[in-house]
Amino acid sequence: MDNKQLVVSLSPHVQSPQTTQKLMLNVVLALMPAFAVSLFYFGIGPLLVTLLSVGSCVLIEYLIQRFVLRTKSTVGDLSAVVTGLILAFNVPSNLPWYIVVLGALVAIGMTKMSFGGLGNNIFNPAIVARVFLLISFPVQMTSWPQPIESRLQYTDALTGATPLAVLKEGLSKGQTISQMDLPSNMDMFMGLMGGSLGEISALALLIGMVWLLITRTITWHIPVSIIGTVAAFTGILWLVAPETNANPIFHLLTGGLLLGAIFMATDYVTSPMHPAGMWVYGIGIGLLTVIIRVWGSYPEGMSFAILIMNSVVPLINKYMKPKRFGERRAAQ
Amino acid sequence: MSKLRTFRKGGVHPPEQKLSADRPIERLQLPAKVYIPLQQHIGAPPTAVVAKGDRVKVGQLLAQSGGFVSANIHSSVSGVVESLEPIADGTGYKRPTITIAVEGDEWLESIDRSTELNTNLDVAPDEIVKRIAEAGIVGLGGATFPMHVKLTIPTGKKANVLIVNAVECEPYLTSDHRVMLEHGPEIMVGLQLLMKSIGVERTVIGIENNKPDAIAHLSKLAQDYKGIEVQPLRVKYPQGGEKMLIKAITGREVPSGGLPIEVGAVVVNVGSVLAAYEAVQKRKPLFERVVTVTGKQLEKPSNFRVRIGTPISTLIEAAGGMPSDTGKVISGGPMMGKALISTDVAVAKGTSGVVLMPSSEATKGEPQACIRCARCVNACPLGLEPYLFARLSQRGRFADMENERVMDCMECGSCFYACPAKVSLLDYIKLGKNEVGAMIRSRNAKK
Amino acid sequence: MNPIILYSVLILAGLGIVLAIVLFVVANKFRVDEDPRIDEVEAVLPGANCGGCGYPGCRGFADAFVKSDNPSAMFCPVGGNKAMEAAAAIMGMSIEAKEPQVAVVRCAGSPAKRPRTAVYNSAPSCKLAASLFAGDTACPFGCLGLGDCSRVCKFGAIAIDPTTLLPVVNEELCTACGACVSACPKNVIELRKKGAKGRRVFVSCLNRDKGGVARKACGVACIGCGKCAKICPFEAITVENNVAYIDFERCKACRKCVGECPTGAIHEVNFPPRKPAATEATTVAEAQS
Repeated sequence: MDNKQLVVSLSPHVQSPQTTQKLMLNVVLALMPAFAVSLFYFGIGPLLVTLLSVGSCVLIEYLIQRFVLRTKSTVGDLSAVVTGLILAFNVPSNLPWYIVVLGALVAIGMTKMSFGGLGNNIFNPAIVARVFLLISFPVQMTSWPQPIESRLQYTDALTGATPLAVLKEGLSKGQTISQMDLPSNMDMFMGLMGGSLGEISALALLIGMVWLLITRTITWHIPVSIIGTVAAFTGILWLVAPETNANPIFHLLTGGLLLGAIFMATDYVTSPMHPAGMWVYGIGIGLLTVIIRVWGSYPEGMSFAILIMNSVVPLINKYMKPKRFGERRAAQ
Repeated sequence: MSKLRTFRKGGVHPPEQKLSADRPIERLQLPAKVYIPLQQHIGAPPTAVVAKGDRVKVGQLLAQSGGFVSANIHSSVSGVVESLEPIADGTGYKRPTITIAVEGDEWLESIDRSTELNTNLDVAPDEIVKRIAEAGIVGLGGATFPMHVKLTIPTGKKANVLIVNAVECEPYLTSDHRVMLEHGPEIMVGLQLLMKSIGVERTVIGIENNKPDAIAHLSKLAQDYKGIEVQPLRVKYPQGGEKMLIKAITGREVPSGGLPIEVGAVVVNVGSVLAAYEAVQKRKPLFERVVTVTGKQLEKPSNFRVRIGTPISTLIEAAGGMPSDTGKVISGGPMMGKALISTDVAVAKGTSGVVLMPSSEATKGEPQACIRCARCVNACPLGLEPYLFARLSQRGRFADMENERVMDCMECGSCFYACPAKVSLLDYIKLGKNEVGAMIRSRNAKK
Repeated sequence: MNPIILYSVLILAGLGIVLAIVLFVVANKFRVDEDPRIDEVEAVLPGANCGGCGYPGCRGFADAFVKSDNPSAMFCPVGGNKAMEAAAAIMGMSIEAKEPQVAVVRCAGSPAKRPRTAVYNSAPSCKLAASLFAGDTACPFGCLGLGDCSRVCKFGAIAIDPTTLLPVVNEELCTACGACVSACPKNVIELRKKGAKGRRVFVSCLNRDKGGVARKACGVACIGCGKCAKICPFEAITVENNVAYIDFERCKACRKCVGECPTGAIHEVNFPPRKPAATEATTVAEAQS
């Protein structure tokens, strides 16, 4: 007998090559088309804001783990990079640097690390940060640079409103949809409109979704249920009163709906664990988004809808169980 | 070929690594000594009926079954009983073992050693079960449940289909595959005997379609036998689990905590069918089995016909010797097999394979934080929530684990395989199952 | 007066009266008469709710204590004699004082003494490891070093030493509640009499293998030679299954056995340093091992 020490462990003895880091990298890659579009339309602003946001998220996570929690650093799993990207994608590309850093602090420090780090937070860090900034800096957070015109400017870019804001303001003035100056469907699809850094191009976001689906990073349930609910709900409203309600296509292409449905609502940590729960969650987000957009005081509702549904996720996980194998059905 | 079937929910697909699929079964040379453990099956331990110094023949009874759910143990060699002292098994704990020094190869005269196919089916059903019980046959897939217990249908229940588990869904293992290719006719006769013993008209052999040669071979043979059909299955782990296989083939779900017979099915492993044929037609007890010895760095991955009690080190030598970079030795497949602390461990009835893992694959990935990605929930074929079990187990909330039906878990390991954060899901589930099992036992004891 | 205010006041007052009556009736109907001594006994208990007494928390102990026919058989290991005297006083009785105990780790197989033969690579839990295999050394009886004892200790009194990979008990903090004793799957930890000034002698090994096997597995194993049993003037030592055990009720801590042990498996703690003559014996034993 040789004296070699064999490893003894419980089964199984093989593991899939999938890792947290690879999954996060997939999300980062999937966000790249939208980032490229943003660079094309807004120029240097998105570059500065994104680098700043990602850099400060990673740095804040590192510093907290190194000096406050004194645990092993986990920045290598790239989750802070994803948070930084999503946060950047949710703010105007002319946002001053200190607001971006403050957002990163809220996202990583307040929403993620104070709950115990990756996997333990109840709310999506990037969205909490975005909502925090929206309430704290309403002016800076709602003055979006106009595409193309000010590619070389950062904070001094020409600003304008988003289509949803135009719609809301127009309706409050008593205008009908046809009287308003809204971008064409094609422009909105390609991203030629005012809006947050990464939300403008539906095409780029959909390319990202395809990537996430083919790499099996996410399942289709959440995006499809959100998009379907929003389309159905706004469709009904539009059919009832087409002059005061925008059509479903308009709703789907604006206000970061696709960004939220594909990248933010599907955040693993804050979404339900199995398909039935995902449907409830997705439908909830869809309904709340439309309710806030149509009847609320904010023109955009995606962030609030996701946060509200985040808070329901523990309940969904507790009360909506997957069907157990061999469970006798109630009917029998 | 009929449409591929599979079970619906969950499952994973680890790399198949069937390195030894093309290697015909070789008969291994007899070792100098064999170490035959008394407990090689699930159920009551048998009692030894030989003493130190006794001279035994191949096939002679060494230990008498200790109850209904128990099995006889027979000598796999001829020679002298050297000791009945407990010997450390693959876990390092000592278990009662009969050590025999091999002398020659003298078989009991009652065993028919001819290789001729005996197609005579003129045996009464209870005689079939009796012969199988006498031969000490247990499930050879690894679960080692005594076969005669399965074949004894409880009163009030009725079986209507016999399902043959030829899935071999564990990566690396090929012993069942080779048995099917090399012993097809015997399996067909064995199946007819088993159908007769439990009184069913229909048999389905479930084979995953990564073994097209076995599917073709058995399909062709089955044409000559009434009621036997081959069902190709999509490759998906853990299809070899009894409940999963029944679901894949019949669409029926065995109720939680129930046995296959509750949905009218009896499931037997294909290797056990061959053993049953030999027991009934040749009066040969179970004292040898086919074992796959494999590993990426092994010189000669092989399938051996091995006498029970042969040390695993002998098998590894015959397959080209232990590679210097071996980090882990697994008895069974890599998904559900047990890691051994040394290779001085004997082959038992349930040893379906020996897998050598290089050091680079021996240790598990460093566990990270759970990101709640739900891959474990999606991988669980039983609709359980592994992430939840791990959390509850770590917090000692075992009563909650029982309510979440942790005892349904069959420890297939799909959850841990799928986990990107490498969380020790199954470790904590097993810990919880041990605790919940103890809770249930003490509760039943109070009643 | 404004009728709105009047009506509001009247309605609220009326509601208050009605609800007060309901509460009074319900409280009377469902009142549970409890022995007030239960509260008093609970008050003198330490309130650690450790379960060391075998009851679900201090309240459970107090309840059982008051209702028990033979309360003197019960003991709160954390509160010790002081708490028990106080509790007995509430019941109007007195109970015999018990000698204080402490958790003792009966394994000294550090990696230096007990070479590792396998590498454990699963979740850090002694219970889980014990269900999987005999241990990562050739000794199937010794400490697994994965810290189940330290995790169950409510008082932070036991921790795994990073170099010896063995648990170390902090005698000041240990309350002898017994949580670690029941948590250890190998039964390595025992509650023993603390001894005068904390001085005690014990066999720090549980290896039931034959001498040669045990010695090969671990340099400080008890080999069951029986020398200690022969020299003990108080018949406190028994050797069964190849391992010696010192009965702490009989042991007078004379330490004769310590020098006699050829492998150094018998430990003495909290004694002042030995006189030169005696030290020689121990160094010889150490040199041999």
